[in-house]
Amino acid sequence: MKPLFAASVVLACAVSPAPTFANPFETKLANGLRVIVKEDRRAPTVVHMVWYRAGSMDEKDGTSGVAHALEHLMFKGTKNLPAGEFNKRVAEAGGRDNAFTSRDYTAYFQIVPKAALPEMMQLESDRMANLKLDAKEFASEIQVVMEERRLRTDDNPHALVHEALNSVIFQAHPYRRPIIGWMDDLEHLTWQDARDWYHQWYTPNNAYVVVVGDVDHREVFRLAQKYYGPHKAHALPERKPQNEPEQAGIRRVSVKAPAKLPYLAMAWKMPKLRDVQKDRDPYALDVLAAVLDGHDASRFARNLVRGSRVAQSVGAGYDPTLRGEANFVVDGQPADGKSIADLEAALRGEIKRIQDEGVSAEELARVKTQSIAAQIYKRDSLMAQAMEIGGVEAAGQSWRDIDTLLEKIKSVTAEEVQAVAKKYFTDDTLSIAVLDPQPVDKSKPKKPSGAVRH
Amino acid sequence: MRTLIFVLSSLLTSTLAFAGVKIEHWIAPSGAKVYFIETRVLPILDVQIDFAAGAAFVPAGKSGLAGLTQGLLETGAADLDEEHIAGRLVDIGARLGGGADSDRASLSVRTLSSKPEKEAALDLLRTVLSAPTFPQSVLERERGRTIAAIREAETRPDAIAGKRFAAAIYPGHPYGTSPTVESVGAVTREDLAEFHRQHYGARGAVVSIIGDVSRAEAEAIAQRLTEALPAGGGSLVPPEVTKPLRGTIKIAHPAAQSHVHIGLPAIRRSDPDYFPLLVGNYTLGGGGFVSRLMKEVREKRGYAYSVYSYFAPRKMEGPFEIGLQTKREQVGDALKVVDEVLADYMAKGPTPKELAAAKKNMVDGLALRMDSNAKLLGYLSAIGFYDLPLTYLDDFPARVKAVTIEQVKAAFARHVKAENLVTVIVAAD
Repeated sequence: MKPLFAASVVLACAVSPAPTFANPFETKLANGLRVIVKEDRRAPTVVHMVWYRAGSMDEKDGTSGVAHALEHLMFKGTKNLPAGEFNKRVAEAGGRDNAFTSRDYTAYFQIVPKAALPEMMQLESDRMANLKLDAKEFASEIQVVMEERRLRTDDNPHALVHEALNSVIFQAHPYRRPIIGWMDDLEHLTWQDARDWYHQWYTPNNAYVVVVGDVDHREVFRLAQKYYGPHKAHALPERKPQNEPEQAGIRRVSVKAPAKLPYLAMAWKMPKLRDVQKDRDPYALDVLAAVLDGHDASRFARNLVRGSRVAQSVGAGYDPTLRGEANFVVDGQPADGKSIADLEAALRGEIKRIQDEGVSAEELARVKTQSIAAQIYKRDSLMAQAMEIGGVEAAGQSWRDIDTLLEKIKSVTAEEVQAVAKKYFTDDTLSIAVLDPQPVDKSKPKKPSGAVRH
Repeated sequence: MRTLIFVLSSLLTSTLAFAGVKIEHWIAPSGAKVYFIETRVLPILDVQIDFAAGAAFVPAGKSGLAGLTQGLLETGAADLDEEHIAGRLVDIGARLGGGADSDRASLSVRTLSSKPEKEAALDLLRTVLSAPTFPQSVLERERGRTIAAIREAETRPDAIAGKRFAAAIYPGHPYGTSPTVESVGAVTREDLAEFHRQHYGARGAVVSIIGDVSRAEAEAIAQRLTEALPAGGGSLVPPEVTKPLRGTIKIAHPAAQSHVHIGLPAIRRSDPDYFPLLVGNYTLGGGGFVSRLMKEVREKRGYAYSVYSYFAPRKMEGPFEIGLQTKREQVGDALKVVDEVLADYMAKGPTPKELAAAKKNMVDGLALRMDSNAKLLGYLSAIGFYDLPLTYLDDFPARVKAVTIEQVKAAFARHVKAENLVTVIVAAD
C-alpha cells in the first residue's frame, strides 16, 4: 500500500475538540415554537425554513399521501392571501421557495435577499394558522399530485422497486407506505382529509424555524416573537409507537417494469441513533457504509465496478438519524453479461470480507478525512447548513449534537466496524427486491388512473 | 485546531466582497485565459479548467468521444493508475468534478486551502489534464458501461424524449447527435489521445480560480496547470446550425405519462437578444410558479406536475424548449393550452406588471445566484468560455432593467418562429 499522506493525519486532529462558541442560537416561544438561528455573514442572503414534525409516518391507512398533498395545498390561499399570492410575493422579493415532505417531517423554505426575511416570516406565520382549504382547489391540486406520482414512481422502475421493498421490510411500521401515497388512496383523498391533517399537526408546538444567513439572531428572535408568537398551541394527536415486530426470515419481492438492466436492492434492519453520547453501533455502521461506498476509492467502486466488473453501478446507504426504524441498504445493477445472482453474491461477498477480515487503518483514516472535509465544504452553502440543522432536529436530536456526531464518527475503531458487520448482516432481517426488466415494445400502456375526479 | 477556529471566527467578521465582486483576469504565459476571485472567508480553493472539447467537436460516427475523453482523464495519468488517483484524492479530502456538454469539457477540483492538501490536489489536477494515459482496459470497461447505460436510457420515456428532441431540432448537426451503441463501440484509445491533443490545449483553455489564495499564488497555479498541456486548442467554433421545419414526432412507449418537448434552435450566447429572451422567458415558463405556463397548465387545470420553458444559449444556436409530462390520455388537451399560451405570449409579450415582476425577481435575486464560491466559480467559467465582459455581474441589473415589452416581443419573434417549432411526444396514443 502507498504510504498515507501525512496530510490526512494532520486533518484528523484539526477539528478536535469541538469549538465552544455560541453560533447557532436557539430560543423557544411561549407557544412551543423553537427558533434556531445560525449567523453566516458571507453574503447578503438568508435561508428561512419551517419544519413540521409530521410526515408520512404519521398518516393512517387509507389516507396515505395526505402529508404530501397538504404540502402542495399550503401554496394555495389563506384567509388573508389569495391563491398564488405566496409564490408571487417570494418571487418579487427576488427569492426562491419550495417545500418537501419526508417520512418524518414536512419542511418549507425560502431563500431570499436578507431584507425580505420579515416578509417571509409573516407569510409562513400566516399559513401556519390561516390556510383556506376547499373542494375546488383540492380537486385541481390532487391531479397535480397524481401527475407527480406518475412521474416519480409509476414510470420510474427503480422507484417502484423501492416502494415494493419498503412494503415488505415493514409490515406494521408506517414506513411501509410510500410518502407520495398509493394511487388508489390519492384517488379517494378528500379536501376534508387534508383539512384534518392541517388542524392536527400544524401548530407551533409541533414546528421549529431554522434561519441561516446574514442576520443578527436577536433580531430574528424578535421577528419570530412578532410573527409566530401570537399563534396558539394545541395538543397533538397521540403518536403510537407502531414498532415493527422482529423479522425472522428473508423476504423477497420482485417488480416487472419496462427496462433493460435488472436492478437489485437489499435491506437489513439496523439500530438507529437513540443516544448521541452512549450509542456506538450506529456510528460504526455509518463508517461501514462509507468504507463500502463513501467515496471514489471505496470498496464497492474499486472492487465491484472497476475490479471484478460485476456491477454497472452499485451503492450503499445507512441513515441512523430518523424518527422511525433504520435500514442498511445496498443496491446496484449487474454489468452486461452478469446476472442479479452474480451481483447479489458479490455484494454479500464484500460484507462477508469485512465480517471475516475487518477494515484497515487506511480505510478508517479516509472515512474520517472525508467527513472532516465535508463539514468544511458545507460552509459554502447556506442551504446545506440549514438542512443539516433541520434534519438532526427532525430526528429528535439537537443541532448541538452536530459536532459530537462528527467526533463520534472519528472515534470508531476497526474492531467496532467488524463487530457490527457480524452482528447485523444476517439473512433473518434481510429483505431483497429485484427489478425484472420487461421489453418496452411488449409492455402495454398502464390503465388510465385517477380519471374519476374532474 | 487553529484552522477551524480561524475559519469560524472570520465568519463573523468578514464577508465576500459582494456588491461588485472583484474578478481579476489575465493571460497565463501558457496562453490560457485566467479568471480569479480572492475570498479568504473559508479555507477552501476551487479551480476549474474549461476547454472547447464538447460533443460539438467530435468527428462523425464517434459520438460519445467527448464524454469518454473527459471521463477517462482521471483513470490513468503519467505513472498513476486509477486506484492511485482516486486514493490520493480521498486521502487529501479533495473532490474532482466536471463533465462534457455540447460545447465544453471541464475538470474542476475543490480542496482545502491548507498547503499540503492544496499542493497535492493541484499536482493531481495538472497530471490528469496534461498526461492522461487512457488505459485500454479502462476504456473497454467504460465503453461497456456507457453502452449499457445507453441501452437502459432507450427504455426511459424522459431519456428517449430528450434524445429525439435534440435529433429533431438539430438535423445533421453534432448538437443533435447522441452517443449510440455503435458510435461508443467505435471509440478507440487513439481517438481519445487525439481528441485530447486537439482540444485540451492551453490556448483556448479557461482557468477559473476562487478561494483562499492570493493573486500571486493564483498566477502560479494557472501556469502550473496549463504549462504542460498539449499544443492544440485555440478558437474552435462548432459548425453552423440550420433550423428544422415545423413538425410533430410521436414515439410509442407504455408509460403512464406522455413526455412532451416543444422547441427549436434559438440563440447563441453572444446574441444581443440574450437579455430580452432571458427576462421574457421568466414570465412565459422560467419563473416557476409565477410563470404563465405553470399557472395555466398546472395551477388552473392540474395537467402536470412540471411544466417549464427555457433558453439554453451555446456557442452556436442553443435550444429553446417547452417541456411537460402529463397522463397520456390528456396530452392533447395539455398541448392545446401550451399552444395558446405561447401564441398569446408571442403576440402580446408580457404585461407591464409581469415585466416589472420579472425584473424585480432577477435583479433582487442576483444576490442568491452568487452567494457561494461554487456559484461564483460557475460564473467565472461562463464569463471566460463565452467571452462575456468582466463586468457581467455588475452590469446584470442594468441590462435586465433596460428590457422593454417591445424588445421581448421582437426577440421572441426573431428566435421562436412557428415555422421551425418541433414537437416530440413520447408515449403518445
